[in-house]
Amino acid sequence: METDVLLRIKDLHIGFRINESFYNAVDGVSLTLRKNEILAIVGESGCGKSTLATSIIGLFDRSNTRIQGEILFKNKNLATLTEDQLNDIRGLDISMIFQDPLSALNPLMRIGEQIEEGLIYHTKFSSHDRKRKVLELLKQVGIQNPNRVSRQFPHQLSGGMRQRVMIAIAISCKPKIIIADEPTTALDVTIQAQILDLLVEMQQETGAGIILITHDLGIVAEVANRVAVMYAGEIIEEAPVKELFLYPKHPYTRSLLHSIPQMNSYTNRLNAIEGMVPSLKYLPRLGCRFSSRIPWIRKEAHEKRPALHEISPGHFVRCTCWKEFHFNKVKGDGTYELYAN
Amino acid sequence: MSFMRINNLKVHFPVRGGFYNTIIDTVYAVDGVSMELERGKAYGLVGESGCGKSTLGKAIIGLEKITSGSIYYKGKNITNKRRDRKSIYNRDIQMIFQDSHSSLNPRKRIQDIIAEPIRNFLNLTPKEENRKISELLEIVGMPEDARFKYPHEFSGGQKQRIGIARSIATNPKLIIADEPVSALDLSVQAQVLNFMKDIQDEFHLSYLFISHDLGVVKHMCDHISIMYKGRFVETGTKYDIYNNPQHIYTKRLLSAIPKVTPIGREKRKRERIKVEQYYQKEYKKYFDEHGRVLDLVPISRTHFVATTSR
Amino acid sequence: MWKTIVRRFLLMIPQLFVLSILIFILAKFMPGDPFTGLITPETDPSRIEELTEKAGLNDPWHIQYVRWIARAVQGDFGMSYTFKRDVASLIGERALNTFWLSFLSVILLYAIAIPLGILAGRYHNSRLDKTVIFYSFFTYAIPTFVLSLVFLYIFGYKLEWFPTSGSVDIKYEPGTLGYIWSKGYHIILPAITYAILGTTGVIQYLRSEIIDTKAMDFVRTARSKGIPTRKVYSKHIIRNSLLPIAAFLGFTITGLLGGSIFIETIFGYPGMGQLFVSSISSRDYSVITALVMLYGFLTLLGSLLSDIIMSIVDPRIRIE
Repeated sequence: METDVLLRIKDLHIGFRINESFYNAVDGVSLTLRKNEILAIVGESGCGKSTLATSIIGLFDRSNTRIQGEILFKNKNLATLTEDQLNDIRGLDISMIFQDPLSALNPLMRIGEQIEEGLIYHTKFSSHDRKRKVLELLKQVGIQNPNRVSRQFPHQLSGGMRQRVMIAIAISCKPKIIIADEPTTALDVTIQAQILDLLVEMQQETGAGIILITHDLGIVAEVANRVAVMYAGEIIEEAPVKELFLYPKHPYTRSLLHSIPQMNSYTNRLNAIEGMVPSLKYLPRLGCRFSSRIPWIRKEAHEKRPALHEISPGHFVRCTCWKEFHFNKVKGDGTYELYAN
Repeated sequence: MSFMRINNLKVHFPVRGGFYNTIIDTVYAVDGVSMELERGKAYGLVGESGCGKSTLGKAIIGLEKITSGSIYYKGKNITNKRRDRKSIYNRDIQMIFQDSHSSLNPRKRIQDIIAEPIRNFLNLTPKEENRKISELLEIVGMPEDARFKYPHEFSGGQKQRIGIARSIATNPKLIIADEPVSALDLSVQAQVLNFMKDIQDEFHLSYLFISHDLGVVKHMCDHISIMYKGRFVETGTKYDIYNNPQHIYTKRLLSAIPKVTPIGREKRKRERIKVEQYYQKEYKKYFDEHGRVLDLVPISRTHFVATTSR
Repeated sequence: MWKTIVRRFLLMIPQLFVLSILIFILAKFMPGDPFTGLITPETDPSRIEELTEKAGLNDPWHIQYVRWIARAVQGDFGMSYTFKRDVASLIGERALNTFWLSFLSVILLYAIAIPLGILAGRYHNSRLDKTVIFYSFFTYAIPTFVLSLVFLYIFGYKLEWFPTSGSVDIKYEPGTLGYIWSKGYHIILPAITYAILGTTGVIQYLRSEIIDTKAMDFVRTARSKGIPTRKVYSKHIIRNSLLPIAAFLGFTITGLLGGSIFIETIFGYPGMGQLFVSSISSRDYSVITALVMLYGFLTLLGSLLSDIIMSIVDPRIRIE
């Protein structure tokens, strides 16, 4: 393994039980996270991005989930560890930040206690040292009066403050990896900007690798180094951030980028993707999963078993259909409007 | 020519407490807002959570009691008549909600959901009503057999279309859309936004588009008002707001929105931090001694800013 | 907080006043009067009439009411017609009996229900969970009198482990150690029955709370910190799941005095429930009205107590 690789996911499948059979929400995902890197995983709801994120440290319901493949961290396959073995890694080596900081904090516990909890089990600090460390962490995440805040309860803080507390919890044991699952979705834009800046700052200070799960391509463009786009449980495109935004290849990535109402454009119509994401149960498991939403593309243009192809260094695209993709405007007189590739 | 005028509208909520449960405080949810709406135009109402934008929308349609101020519709003062069922105002002003799921009665079929405003406001024979429902379903791009189904059988985007079908059933003049696409995925959001633009052109509708998403508002609206603490801090055409923002709050809001390109993000971050520092420093200049947003002052024919007159 | 408590107490006055009028009228609407039961073929009707007149029962109801309420506010609820003694002291004695019975029952109830509810919720869908559910539905389905009679038959008559009626053995002098022991001994069987019958609600409530709380975001956060599973349960899941039960604690405490009509009647235990039933059947107005007033007051007090308890255990709830 290369020395700067923190985490390597190989051919990961995660299935949920629906009426006695398992359906894969994550279907053959391989990813690598390196030191000092922010890897963004983007996709729409139901694409499997959150499932992927939470299963890295095994935060799923074991009785209804089936996990296959490898999640390699420090020469251990996290997918095969028991709850107790995972507890030695959670919070210490890999920590998480969740979407809604109000529901993600225990309403009956003081902020200080909630930050301290991880320290109790992962460090040998005395009670006094832990209390000092909590105040230090609160200060580090930009909270003005750590003494008061540490004695407060979650409902007494604003949304932005609560997310700062979540970040303090996540960085408390100096983890190697932070997984942030939609960390700013519940926040206003100005607070979102502050939290993202803080996250980047913490990452640069600690040298941790961050996996950022989001549906917002704007956030990806602002903070990520590398991007993986997920659709229907698969990664359909992966590239360094500039490459992805400047030269997107997969039809799905390109469609998504064109469906954002952007600040600096004055187009009258947005690109809408035909149809919708098939549900887990009815997901096509063979062939190109996006093909039903670009019906104007010849069947032969798709691969039978679409694989990720490296089309330039570090830039992977699934299937070969992208070569024939052009934007389709179905509305109006029914003719297709062709865009240059 | 405007068809609707809102004058110095206020919605205050009393906070009760103390030994005798008397009014001890007031929440100034909407605190002196004036607007003029023209036919066929889209107006954007932007602000962060708790700024009063949704309350303003609800007050206009009559779901919230107005403390003071007035609403004129087609020259008539209808401030206190908004609650009359079957009034022309109620027929002409309709609303679309963010959560299309909970705003559709789960125990009613789609045809009954859409028929409700028709039965309330239009005297149609059952046959005409049936035809009208089919027409509406076609307009929002839903299959004919959708009428016999229940809301839970549809996806989020489809439910939002059904909500729109219901809102345009009475040929309204104004649709108040409160965060209509916030709960939708990007690709579905694009479908709904495109569709809302289509019907706007087709029926010469006006929109009051309430959203926290400046990108969406800019895409949809001709005229934008930025709201903060129950008042407008800046109002103008979208070009005024995006290309020439004047109020410190608008500037800060604009600088915080992520751009969909990684090019120049370091520069944007420095700019953002600069604006934030400026905001902290200059904040007081834009508010009076009680922290209230100042009155709007015109800086051009269309562009108004809450600042001390210069 | 004190302000609110005082205000809530003041608010109880009009509520209790309205309740008292209602109760008084309803009691008067009941057919018969306290002397109906004394009538025998030999009774002289004029004697009954004389007694009724003397007791003031022929006056219009509002005059009777005013007379009653004027005394009641001074703590004098009159004399019981059937027991021929002061209502206040009668209720006081019964209330003490009921209190000890209910107290033991509630302790047993929670001692059985809380661990079972927690285990069932934690090992959701396991064999243990299914056994607990079976137990709780079984005790829910079985009528009170059936279980009571079965217990009485087995433990009282067959095995003779416990006495079958009363609250104390008459051979002991009040105040002696034997007297206290005898009282406790009489309580055990009805208390166990009472507790077992009450567990269903608490078990089911707690079980579903635990299952819901397990899936909460903050529990996921706790797990993501890498703290041991048992700590996730003790510090996060169980504490939060007990909130609704704590919310009901105020009513439970004041309910201790209410007693159980079925249990007390079947076990022949002289408590409030039994008193209530006998006073209704003998039209003992002064006891009925006093008891209902007391129940009304306890309910109001229970809701206040619950609010206070909630404000102590849940930091999100504040009483100004």
